[in-house]
Amino acid sequence: MIPAKFDYIKVSSINEAVDLVDKHGFDAKILAGGHSLIPAMKLRLNTPSILIDISGIEGMNEIKESGDEIIVGANCTHKQIMSSDLVKNQLNILAQTAATIGDVQVRNRGTIGGSLAHSDPSADYPATVLACDAKIEVTSKNGSRTIDAEDFFQGIFTTALEDDEIITAVRFPKVKDGNYQKFYQSASRFAVVGVAVVKDGNGVKVGITGVADTPYRAKAVEKAYDGSTDAATHAVDGVDVMSDHFADSEYRAHLAKVMVKKALA
Amino acid sequence: MGSYIGKSVKRREDARFLKGEGKYTDDIKLPNMTHMAFVRSPYASANVLSVDTSEAEKAEGVVAVFTAEDGCGQYGVPCGWQVNFKNGETMREPQHPLLAKDKIRHVGEPVAIVIAETQALARDAAELVAVEYEELPAVTNPKEAMKDGAPKVHDQFPDNMAFDWCIGNDRAEVEAALEKAHHVTELEFINQRLAPNAIEPRSYIADYDVNGDKWTLYTSTQNPHLIRLLMCAFVLGIPEHKVRVVSYDVGGGFGSKIYHYTEEALVTWVSREIARPVKWTADRSEAFLMDAHGRDHVVKSKMGFDKEGHIVAHLTDEYCSMGAYLSTFAPAIPTYLHGTLFQGLYKTPLIHLNVVAPFTHTVPVDAYRGAGRPEATYLIERLVSKGAKEMGMDPAEIRFKNFIEPFDGVNQPGYQTQVALQYDSGNYAPALEKALDAIGYKDFRKEQAEARKNGKLLGLGISTWIEGCGIAPSAVVGALGARAGLYEVGHVRVQPTGKVSVYTGTHSHGQGHETAFAQFVADRLGIPMDDVEIIHGDTEQVAFGMGTYGSRSLSVGGSAIVKSIEKVLEKGAKIAAHKLEASVEDLEYAGGKWTVKGTDKSISFGDVSLTAYVPHDYPQGLEPGLDFSSFYDPANFTFPFGAHLAIVEVDQDTGKVDLKRFVTCDDVGNIINPMIVDGQIHGGVVQGIGQALLEEVVFDESGQMITGSYMDYAMPRADDLPMIETHNTVTPCPHNPLGVKGAGEAGAIGSTPAVVNAVVDALWHLGVRDIQMPLTPQRVWKAMQQ
Repeated sequence: MIPAKFDYIKVSSINEAVDLVDKHGFDAKILAGGHSLIPAMKLRLNTPSILIDISGIEGMNEIKESGDEIIVGANCTHKQIMSSDLVKNQLNILAQTAATIGDVQVRNRGTIGGSLAHSDPSADYPATVLACDAKIEVTSKNGSRTIDAEDFFQGIFTTALEDDEIITAVRFPKVKDGNYQKFYQSASRFAVVGVAVVKDGNGVKVGITGVADTPYRAKAVEKAYDGSTDAATHAVDGVDVMSDHFADSEYRAHLAKVMVKKALA
Repeated sequence: MGSYIGKSVKRREDARFLKGEGKYTDDIKLPNMTHMAFVRSPYASANVLSVDTSEAEKAEGVVAVFTAEDGCGQYGVPCGWQVNFKNGETMREPQHPLLAKDKIRHVGEPVAIVIAETQALARDAAELVAVEYEELPAVTNPKEAMKDGAPKVHDQFPDNMAFDWCIGNDRAEVEAALEKAHHVTELEFINQRLAPNAIEPRSYIADYDVNGDKWTLYTSTQNPHLIRLLMCAFVLGIPEHKVRVVSYDVGGGFGSKIYHYTEEALVTWVSREIARPVKWTADRSEAFLMDAHGRDHVVKSKMGFDKEGHIVAHLTDEYCSMGAYLSTFAPAIPTYLHGTLFQGLYKTPLIHLNVVAPFTHTVPVDAYRGAGRPEATYLIERLVSKGAKEMGMDPAEIRFKNFIEPFDGVNQPGYQTQVALQYDSGNYAPALEKALDAIGYKDFRKEQAEARKNGKLLGLGISTWIEGCGIAPSAVVGALGARAGLYEVGHVRVQPTGKVSVYTGTHSHGQGHETAFAQFVADRLGIPMDDVEIIHGDTEQVAFGMGTYGSRSLSVGGSAIVKSIEKVLEKGAKIAAHKLEASVEDLEYAGGKWTVKGTDKSISFGDVSLTAYVPHDYPQGLEPGLDFSSFYDPANFTFPFGAHLAIVEVDQDTGKVDLKRFVTCDDVGNIINPMIVDGQIHGGVVQGIGQALLEEVVFDESGQMITGSYMDYAMPRADDLPMIETHNTVTPCPHNPLGVKGAGEAGAIGSTPAVVNAVVDALWHLGVRDIQMPLTPQRVWKAMQQ
């Protein structure tokens, strides 16, 4: 469990980071909390020649209120998010979600930006990011842009991020009525199924992680939602459900319905 | 001075462990030390076509690169137990090479080793070794391995069989009794393969001293002397007296650190080749791939009952995997440590077990906490509970009906089983009664019925277990195929000041010997515990020993120490008599002094000790000194027993099992330190629960382990568990001086079937009769759907 040789640079500004990414290209990896990248490097599944540590960039680990939005810096740890009064009061579903991630050590180090960029199909945040219609702010040498949650997740470990882009923040609308429900994988404690439900006057938005190779908005549930939990039966409509030795596709599909029902209740 | 026995004295070793100051092998850094890294096969079954080390040899920091061509350990690693076929044919024993030459037989099997200045450089260079493989089909399931046309593990054994063995009564007789039985219950299942998961990965350092032509091997082992014997005499052919084996603190073993591993012999061999110290420490991936696994039985069982619920016969057929090679004790585990417990606690008159042991393309299987006895208990206790429920009987009641009557092994003889062994002492009903009372059995059935009405699925499971431990009488195990004696050595060195150093051949890797052993030594000598030191784990300090496994430390190792204490007191009495001008017969020893009976004339242990080493005024003809070593070979195994009860609630929607309560009443004979026994029970119970609910080594079709990390191999965690409620009864062992039986494996042996019986009980009304372990939410939910 010793990584291959690599260089390490800790940057203090986003400009410095994007310059280095531009310079080193595929040889570089962005290091945030390191809770997915470092294990992969220790197994030598990933062998970057340079790590660009962005954890020291000023301002990127702040949670701010801005009008109707809560802006969560990409370097905020899960612990920071679950403990923030601002998040708990204005965006409780995100605090709930963060609290289910990993264990204390993971939550103390892992960051929301790192998790989203890594895009593990069983990670927790994607369900909530989708259900909240959050916006992901990214920066590269060519400037900054904002990606809608629904466009962001594109497959297993695949996102809309360009190779030279770094997530700087996630902008969430304030959410009064949200609920995250998770069925834990007994070994990794990742989500076998994670369901985020956000209710507003117009209906419901449902984000689901762990079920398909890409986290998704359960539009069929949203459409069928009638105020009861009956719509849960549509949790996997049109979805190619994943299968592994903890949960084959039959059981996982069943669990998705159970967890949507719980989240809608 | 008082009595220490029976008191929960806090563990002396914990101060250093809790402060992170234990001395583990990987903590040792020797001057000029090199590091070893392995080139391991990514395939389960393959031909090795070529190995090119040229790039690695040129890499930065590389000291040497070796392959099988370099002649290390040409005899391979030996097996320590021979189990022959039932027809008399000799066990088939393939060579287990230190480095694979032509053929790969499991994922992780090493092909080459790289020695470099640092661990990181060794790893880097290992990646530069180019190995060309031709992948071949693999077989990982022991039953599949026995099918015609199954991939062959060893070409010279085309049927993949290591042995085909049986024990118990005549098979035809057992089958006939099953034919005639009022009711026969059946089970077919897999007792799944488990990874041992000691918290400290295996670690070895060999240090060859050119001038003395001697080695020191620091190793994370459970039995340093046995490693030295096996490695010197069988693997490397080096004189035993030239090797010192040191095993200081070891972070858990659970069986996996009993065996002599190829890596241990390799560091020793390499150290002489390069005349420098060599270290290797497994990482967690290597631990999953290379530490001997446990269990892996494919089981088919039948148990017959008469109308009243008495067991009339039990027949079981099993396929028990050996893995790719025969590990040190592997053949004994599914045979003499398994079949000999098929009597359980019951008067079953007819028993037959047949075991076919195939080779598979997997890492070897050997003892894992309980070693054969958990597998026996699981199938017996599942059969008894299932049979009872099918017959409409109470699972507690059927056990009381079948229990062997109490016998203390003194006034009543031991109980002769149908499966070779004789139980030492037992009184089974009180243990179950106490556990049932503690859990509130009668009220529970009402609660369960009430809960069902509200859609809640509650269940209670019972397991009444027995095991044979205190391993072992040498002549008996020798007759059963062991290639070693299983006695123990206890050496008591009284220092001139009356302080006592005790050297034991057993080995503590979490058991608390430094505390528990000091308690009984201090009591026997009537001196403060602080005056007693326990030393283990160094072949140059301890004369000999067989290490720790099979819950043997106190019953066998402790008894050896008691023998030496008796010798100390006998000689001390002669010195005391001389000093007190009395005869030995007129003396009594208590409270750390010899007193002339009926007088106030006495002499302390310390004064006698000093006299022994300053023998100026001394009995004529008596040797100076107070220093005795003893070998103790037990008269029998010991047979602890008990009852484990579990209450579970099953989530109707997801199938997730919530373990609500776990109650034990164990009888491990006399107890020296109740806190340590409790701790042992807790740990064992949790490992048993892990097997019931969470743990499983899974291979894919090609023989890849897909549960090779904690992302996929589920270990029990605190939040998976209720508080474990422990109780005891005490039935002393009649054949050892401390009356102790052994507690190290008890928890793991009793707990697993209690949990599974509880889940099946919760779902019985839905038609569920059995669920394959581990009882994952998916498996439980699917069972509920059928």
